[in-house]
Amino acid sequence: MTTAPAPILELRGVTKTYRVKQGLFGTPRPLTAVNDVSISLPRGEVLGLVGESGCGKSTLAKILLGLESPTAGQVLVEGQEIGAQDRMTLARRIQPIFQDPYSSLNPRKSIFDIVSLPLRVHRIGDAASWDKEVRKILDIVGLPARVMNTFPSQMSGGQRQRVAIARALIMKPEIVICDEPTSALDVSVQSQILNLLGDLRREFGLTYLFISHDLAVVEHLATRVAVMYLGRIVEEAEVGGLFDHARHPYTQALLKSVLTPEPGLGVPDTQLGMAYPNPIDPPSGCHFHPRCPKATAFCKATAPRALPTPLGHVECHLHDPQGPMFIGKEG
Amino acid sequence: MTMTDIPDPLLKDIIGPTPAQMLRKRVFGHQGLLIGASVVGLLLLVAIFAPLLAPHDPYAQSLMTRMQPPVFLGGDWEHPLGTDHLGRDYLSRLIYGARVSLMIGVIAALISGVIGTAMGVAAGYFGGRVDMVVTFLINVRLAMPVVLVALAVVAILGGSLQVVIMVLGFLLWDRFAVVMRASTLQVRGREYVAAARAIGASTPRVILSEIMPNIANNLIVVVTLEMAHAILLEAALSFLGLGVQPPTPSWGLMVSEGKNMMLFEPWMVLIPGAVLFVLVLAINLMGDGLRDVTAPENRS
Amino acid sequence: MENPLLSVRNLTLDIPVGGGILHAVRGIDFDLKRGETLCIVGESGSGKSLTSLALMGLLGKTIKRSADEMTFDGIDLTRANARTMRSLRGARMAMIFQEPMTSLNPAYTIGDQLTEALLLHKSVGKDAARARAIELLEKVGITAAASRLSQYPHQLSGGLRQRVMIAMALMCEPELIIADEPTTALDVTIQAQILRLLYDLGREMNMAMILITHDLGVVARVADKVAVMYAGELVETGSATEVFNTPSHPYTRGLLRCIPLPGKTERGSTLGTIPGIVPSLIGDVAGCAFRTRCPHATLACRGDIPRHITGGHAFRCIHADGKRHAEEATA
Repeated sequence: MTTAPAPILELRGVTKTYRVKQGLFGTPRPLTAVNDVSISLPRGEVLGLVGESGCGKSTLAKILLGLESPTAGQVLVEGQEIGAQDRMTLARRIQPIFQDPYSSLNPRKSIFDIVSLPLRVHRIGDAASWDKEVRKILDIVGLPARVMNTFPSQMSGGQRQRVAIARALIMKPEIVICDEPTSALDVSVQSQILNLLGDLRREFGLTYLFISHDLAVVEHLATRVAVMYLGRIVEEAEVGGLFDHARHPYTQALLKSVLTPEPGLGVPDTQLGMAYPNPIDPPSGCHFHPRCPKATAFCKATAPRALPTPLGHVECHLHDPQGPMFIGKEG
Repeated sequence: MTMTDIPDPLLKDIIGPTPAQMLRKRVFGHQGLLIGASVVGLLLLVAIFAPLLAPHDPYAQSLMTRMQPPVFLGGDWEHPLGTDHLGRDYLSRLIYGARVSLMIGVIAALISGVIGTAMGVAAGYFGGRVDMVVTFLINVRLAMPVVLVALAVVAILGGSLQVVIMVLGFLLWDRFAVVMRASTLQVRGREYVAAARAIGASTPRVILSEIMPNIANNLIVVVTLEMAHAILLEAALSFLGLGVQPPTPSWGLMVSEGKNMMLFEPWMVLIPGAVLFVLVLAINLMGDGLRDVTAPENRS
Repeated sequence: MENPLLSVRNLTLDIPVGGGILHAVRGIDFDLKRGETLCIVGESGSGKSLTSLALMGLLGKTIKRSADEMTFDGIDLTRANARTMRSLRGARMAMIFQEPMTSLNPAYTIGDQLTEALLLHKSVGKDAARARAIELLEKVGITAAASRLSQYPHQLSGGLRQRVMIAMALMCEPELIIADEPTTALDVTIQAQILRLLYDLGREMNMAMILITHDLGVVARVADKVAVMYAGELVETGSATEVFNTPSHPYTRGLLRCIPLPGKTERGSTLGTIPGIVPSLIGDVAGCAFRTRCPHATLACRGDIPRHITGGHAFRCIHADGKRHAEEATA
């Protein structure tokens, strides 16, 4: 386990800062959407990325897709920095599946046009081979070939999401960024899409970055989980480790707030303060301290460092053996 | 066991109509659009086949038969709508006048459409500085009174068909820019645009193939509105003597030429005025109708 | 026996559409006592949201509503005129929508909107209304309540806006609250907090609540009674424990198999699915609408479907136990 091969995807200190203007005459202020994020993802793994809206997980996805460029840091695909790579090369290796299949398919284009767009943009093959490839990939995602001539408006949500998956996979990428791929779907359709994503990963050896707010889904599909809060990965671990021994108080609160369909358990008390902080004005010290039930004056003053854990890391003073709270906590 | 032969009624195929089928259905269910489009189509045919339809040469003067009244006011069928102060056949001038009006409407709307769409789409898609510059230009343009500027330019350059077309074409782009900017902003945020970019599609490709088809409906509506606008402005300029110059038959000019006789022969003003009114109304009906039938697709 | 606060018998909603009549809701029955929470759970297109609008008298004019009985505290809602409905809405029955931004007026302050209903329905002065607004904002967990009154909706975060909506619904101490997906647009931690709040307030104020959702986890945790809706019908009703512990309709069981259960479902295993799609409800619909997707469907499912009632637990299926025992035996 320790001699892992070079990761297929690696982020080193990736930071994205926007300048946000407040009001008409306000001077632009920096908003750090992604703050010094380092992740490494071995081939074939599924990294579940969880966090609340505004935590920067969608910005991170955009950076990986080449839709945004990081302000600082590096993104490496198999050891090669992607900022330096051709955008076309990147597109062949990393493809997205978006949340809303009603918005991710161009309503004016036929399914054939939508699914074959990557081949046409990259000038792979000719009209005859496009037809063959589209039929093949539609079959793989479980759609009949006759849908080729239909339009998105004629399909159900689940079918549309299958089309989106077909489009993402037609060029055989190695990494797929799934940004909430099932949250806009009905329960019965969601499980079909999750099964399909699982099957495709096994069949084609895909690596997923799976962004979701649904922790039950993340636990089911992911092999590793990263928890994001205000632009930082506050805890990262192998899935079993994270779900069984969550270390960060925020992770614990997230896990607690999962509502499983088990009657009689009532609604859990997450003990989180209400307000998600404004990313323009992040709290001092540990960004999580205003909501943390275990926060102390030290957390308010000093930002925690990344501490290695078995198969991951956590950023919390509670687990820092050199931190002032260690004695009180574990001793 | 006979029931096994009957297919379950709940299993009927519920595949919906294609967007084209839906559009067709809505078009044929929209009376205003059908009426407007038929009138515009009819006038377009009249304009195209003017030489075949006009009973007389619109330029042929005949001082012997000046100011003949139309048939419904006691005239004869030689000149169904009478003759003007130079004895030219009024119906023939009206028919040739449709050419001028429609040509000005179409070409001016095309020129301003190209300018305004390019600016609006660029502003909406790229945002930032481009958007700032375009918004500034739109504001500058909106601060200029169209009629006064047109009058001034025509007064300097001299009135002619070409000048009127160019002036209107370069003045009427503001609404295109405003509407296309807003539509592009809306469409740019859709995930299919992000998906196309993530595929590696070039910016021109994203704009032409992903954005344009989804804002084309708004564009068509503005085209019709601006066509009507240009036609009315041409008539106004010609009426003031600064647009199309005599002897070219133009409806605005005909109104202008008839105004001296208005008290004695009101039909000389009323006939071209009514035709102008009908054409503009029909174009606007068509524009409203197009908006109605193309909008619902954007909702889902 | 206490009389139910709300009684609905054979509620039917028909919508004229292009191809005929869409039978959106097809004869549903339920009762609700004070202090009880009923969860209506179903997928999109099941008619659950229309049902709530029908109760509030907020349906569009084109939708035809009929019912054998629809009474609220003895008031016949089927015959109530617009004036009676207006005096009920806001004062005695209140509604909470999914997206608070669409139901809060951006042009008015939070304070104006909170006090409006109270000033309209009850004879109280402005100061008293203001005091009540502050009291309720504090109750729903909003800090610095007095200063929030002068803020506008866009100045609040999604979670705060939803809390304001709840406070607004509570202003006149309604006896019935209808909440349509009140937490779907919110983050998981906020969702837990809002649900807890609703649950506690319901108990405290002895309110009846109808919660409409697609999330089985939410249902299991807050419902006293559950109604599973499919294609315009209540296919299974009962207490939360009955419905979740002995799900009897094949659709209910199918839904429960679709969601991964942390700690129970094996990670990465294939989830259960419900094949097929919801049938069109345009035209005559006879028999069980789930037969096109049901593993136990027979020809008899096209005919009349009996309702099996055991105490408070009821379901519609031609199979006496909904084939529950057969499925459990093979599982």
